Amino acid sequence: MHFVVCIKQVPDKTDVKINPETNTLMREGVESIVNPFDTYAIEEAVRLKARVGGTVTAISMGPPQADAVLREAISMGVDAGILISDRAFAGSDTWATSYTLSQAIKKLGDVDLILCGKQASDGDTAQVGPGIATHLDLPQITYVRKIEEIEEGRIVAERLLESGYEVIESSLPCLLTVVKEINEPRLPSLKGKMAARKADILVWTAADLDCDPTKLGLDGSPTKVVTIFTPPPRGGGEILTGSADEVVPQLIERLKTLVVGNAS
Amino acid sequence: MSDDPIKVSEETCVGCQLCVKACPFDAIQMDDRLAVIDLTVCTLCGACVPACKFDAISMKQKEKTADLSAYEDVWVIAEQDDGVIQSITYELLGEGRQLADDLGMRLCAVLLGSGVSTQANDLIARGAEIVYLVDQPELAYFKDEPYAAVLTELVKRHKPNVVLCGATTVGRSVISRVAVATGAGLTADCTGLAIDPETKDLLQTRPAFGGNIMATILSPNTRPQMSTVRHKVFKEAEPDPGRSGEVLLQEVDPALLVSRTKRLKYVPEEDSIINIAEADFVVGGGRGLQKPEHFAILHELAEVLGGGVAASRAAVDADWIAYSHQVGQTGKTVCPKIYIACGISGQIQHLAGMSASDVIIAINKDPDAPIFDVATIGIVGDLFEIVPRLTAELRKVLGK
Ligand SMILES: Cc1cc2nc3c(=O)[nH]c(=O)nc-3n(C[C@H](O)[C@H](O)[C@H](O)COP(=O)(O)OP(=O)(O)OC[C@H]3O[C@@H](n4cnc5c(N)ncnc54)[C@H](O)[C@@H]3O)c2cc1C
Ligand SMILES: Nc1ncnc2c1ncn2[C@@H]1O[C@H](COP(=O)(O)O)[C@@H](O)[C@H]1O
Repeated sequence: MHFVVCIKQVPDKTDVKINPETNTLMREGVESIVNPFDTYAIEEAVRLKARVGGTVTAISMGPPQADAVLREAISMGVDAGILISDRAFAGSDTWATSYTLSQAIKKLGDVDLILCGKQASDGDTAQVGPGIATHLDLPQITYVRKIEEIEEGRIVAERLLESGYEVIESSLPCLLTVVKEINEPRLPSLKGKMAARKADILVWTAADLDCDPTKLGLDGSPTKVVTIFTPPPRGGGEILTGSADEVVPQLIERLKTLVVGNAS
Repeated sequence: MSDDPIKVSEETCVGCQLCVKACPFDAIQMDDRLAVIDLTVCTLCGACVPACKFDAISMKQKEKTADLSAYEDVWVIAEQDDGVIQSITYELLGEGRQLADDLGMRLCAVLLGSGVSTQANDLIARGAEIVYLVDQPELAYFKDEPYAAVLTELVKRHKPNVVLCGATTVGRSVISRVAVATGAGLTADCTGLAIDPETKDLLQTRPAFGGNIMATILSPNTRPQMSTVRHKVFKEAEPDPGRSGEVLLQEVDPALLVSRTKRLKYVPEEDSIINIAEADFVVGGGRGLQKPEHFAILHELAEVLGGGVAASRAAVDADWIAYSHQVGQTGKTVCPKIYIACGISGQIQHLAGMSASDVIIAINKDPDAPIFDVATIGIVGDLFEIVPRLTAELRKVLGK
């Protein structure tokens, strides 16, 4: 079977800081990482390959330095990485991103299963996975926490819902988005790291994909960011100190109006 | 390269660096006395364009060519679970009313299900002037493909101007498909919606980068304008049985009801009878609880309040509580009336999931814990002394 994992390079969130004077994001020293949710998609694809055989291809759309996330995927056991990179893709929103990725997947040919992370940690939209499925006219199972069965042309997976979970059967090819519960991503092996260093990462530009230029980048993106600002700080409120005997009655006093008549 | 979407004119740029300061993404550097935009970092947000006093920066703009006048009405996609309309729908109707009034358009709801015509009347009581109802056995419960196909068909048929959908598991999964299929812009997880008084465009504000920054997003050249909205961001529309409206039963091509996926089983979660995403009171526990057994004291407090229990990732990673309770960037977003954080340090990833709560109470031993920066009321002290005491006192106050 042919498994495709879509992975995104994102800034390492723990480092993102706002410059308080200029209100801008400080990138200095901010490392780029594989979107944390996508590491679960990589791990699951590698496990599925071990289970039923086949190949795993990782694709990432982004600037040339996104090469690094593909190498990381290879170090975890992915067979090949393809970087989808072109200035024409700059400014892509989720519509254009899912279009571009779907054209790349079409070029790959016979694909059985596409795995995405639940969402990217920078945009937090969770829209690209279902978007790819729609462009390719494929069924989807989102928020997958377990793959129960997989065989030629068929998959059974558990999808996490707010109120519980459901077990869903789908025909293949199909697109999944996966949640953190699905597995524990492995650390790269020494052999994997060496393979990653040596690997040839294929680069596909807009010209390599059979795509409509009006659907790419800024032109292909219906949404447009108009302003960016730092959320007003919430600001700390009152601090109570003292023994439990002292502070609890004070807290109750302040909470009374909020709780009485509201709690059910 | 001439086809770059954003350019600095070498002739006009004087090297004043105003654009460098204006860029929220640190994407502009000075090369000698010329501003150079790093396109790999630039998000094309356009903040630098008006910042340049010399008009040296130009950004490719799309012409507003399409005729958008045919698109009318504000739509709310109703979410039902087992025939029960979910509260998020009423929140969307509350906000949708405001937008519809500002646009001078009608507020409509779309309801998909099986045997749900009485529920359509609830939507009218909450302010919908029209309910588009698709009542088919195949739509009894949520299925990605038929739900998306039917909604896509209705959007094409009736051309709404604005479509609002809950940012729930189900909502996000289906509306992303509809947006792609109709060529519409979709903005995720909005926390603020407004109509631009001049252009009549929908201004959609949402957090990004785990809540570190807020962005306002438009879909100026396409319709409908679609947004998903989180729980508890907007106030529910109050029911008024005196309201009148029309239920328009919609016929759809049976081909749209076909699904390539099939639900084999549905298992409601036993230990989360209270959905923390919807709860008015949430008690959160972190590493400060030390042991899984200690979550019991939080459950007691939550029970007295009629609320739910949440946790930090540290507590979930330690296997003290199930992942479904995790709040934050990689967990759920909650927005209760009161969030009580017990033994949680308040790292940005946790705050991303709860900082929109009305009131935050933090109990932490460490006076320097960052949670106190967002707390409405902070208590510096030992949670093992304070929480049981608080539970006992609340029980008295509430007469339980
Ligand atoms: C990509 C990424 C995503 C993440 N996503 C999430 C997420 O979704 N949700 C999330 O929560 N975290 C997330 N994290 C982790 C986050 O950075 C923190 O590690 C985590 O929130 C810390 O949990 P904590 O506050 O419980 O633990 P700690 O930081 O260890 O804090 C424990 C606190 O308890 C206090 N304490 C100890 N004993 C007592 C006592 N007896 N009484 C009172 N106070 C006491 C201590 O003073 C301390 O402040 C993410 C991290 C990354 C890198
Ligand atoms: N530029 C990209 N390249 C490859 N995969 C992506 C890209 N953007 C998003 N994805 C995939 O889509 C998922 C959801 O992303 P998002 O909709 O941006 O939250 C991610 O977890 C990735 O699997």
